[in-house]
Amino acid sequence: MSNVFTLMLLRETRLMFRRPAELVNPLVFFAIVIALFPLAVGPESQLLQTLSPGLLWVAALLAVLLSLDGLFRSDFEDGSLEQWVVSPHPLVVLVLAKVLAHWLYCGLALVMLSPLLALMLGMPLDRIPTLLLSLLLGTPVLSLLGAVGAALTVGLKRGGILLALLILPLYIPVLILGSGVIQAALQGLPTTGYLLWMASLTMLTVTLAPFAIAAGLRISVGE
Amino acid sequence: MTDAYLETVDLACERDWRLLFEHLHVSVKPKDMLQVSGPNGSGKTSLLRLLAGLMRPTTGDVLINGVSIHQQRNELTSNLLWLGHAAGIKGLLTAEENLMWLSALHHGASREQVWYALAAVGLAGFEDVPCHTLSAGQQRRVGLARLYLDAPALWILDEPFTALDKQAVTQLELHLAAHCNQGGMVVLTTHHPLQNAPSTFRELDLGQATL
Repeated sequence: MSNVFTLMLLRETRLMFRRPAELVNPLVFFAIVIALFPLAVGPESQLLQTLSPGLLWVAALLAVLLSLDGLFRSDFEDGSLEQWVVSPHPLVVLVLAKVLAHWLYCGLALVMLSPLLALMLGMPLDRIPTLLLSLLLGTPVLSLLGAVGAALTVGLKRGGILLALLILPLYIPVLILGSGVIQAALQGLPTTGYLLWMASLTMLTVTLAPFAIAAGLRISVGE
Repeated sequence: MTDAYLETVDLACERDWRLLFEHLHVSVKPKDMLQVSGPNGSGKTSLLRLLAGLMRPTTGDVLINGVSIHQQRNELTSNLLWLGHAAGIKGLLTAEENLMWLSALHHGASREQVWYALAAVGLAGFEDVPCHTLSAGQQRRVGLARLYLDAPALWILDEPFTALDKQAVTQLELHLAAHCNQGGMVVLTTHHPLQNAPSTFRELDLGQATL
């Protein structure tokens, strides 16, 4: 079983690096949104610093959402999903590996890029670790919850908007906690409580979301 | 009907408020080859998807050894080779990578076995070529190469002859017949009349009566 898990990761890695555009898309989107804000709002560093937690989180969230529409699309169209469903290996394990790969090449990449963009917005250097921790705990939730929506809408011709409508309300708790923890750090308040809440949210989605994704895929394939 | 491996009981299928078929009783036992035929839109693919457990029937049930497949998914999935309209071949992966992955989803296969299977379908020398550069017929062959690996007993094939040339069609027919003679089971849809069918060959016409 763990063998299939690693093979799925390997397969996704190969696919990802053979179409690098998809790898770069969310990162470019993330960077552009953040770079445009100082131009629109004006170069007041105090204002930008106050806005920075929310900006970074909203931009990261939208970048993940942008990449989610295609998460299962090509697997659905070329029949791969059917093969996963009729495989004796549990669909949950396959799905978890698929989403982990998505997180590694989208979520984790965003996390790595975020310190640079945070410094551009004038965030103090000593607050960067909190930012990293908050995104590191939050982006898996974005990938997993988004995958539930992607699994349910993969059979639809134009599922993009529906996906956003389905998923954005579910993103609200992690958005509030994620930007809240950075805001607290900026004001010099303790952040442990927020981070523990985020960690438990992450654990909850890692445990439960794969089952919902697998069920969603079964429904989409069965249509 | 007691020796049937796979059978359907009073199966009905409805799609978009249109009844495709009802009261369908089909049974497949070892060595059987069943061709599902009928006009376009008569529910051939739907029947195959029901048998493979990909869809839920409107009424009725699909049984393996007398027990519903939805109660024993493992019994079905570990004995099933499903080849749909789209065979699950990734254009960006090479023929070898595709086959290695598809077989890993089931029992797994070694590199040698995969190379042997690709040679068997006439793709020797194309192992390292990304599949999107292959022709439609060659891509089909990559999917069909799975039939030459250490394959499960029950094969459910949706239009396996599409895009194949004459020689490949004959070869596949013989391979399917050989599989049945060794105790395997084949359920397939095709519009093309089979020239090399085994003695246990039966045809189910969904345009007409039940079997």
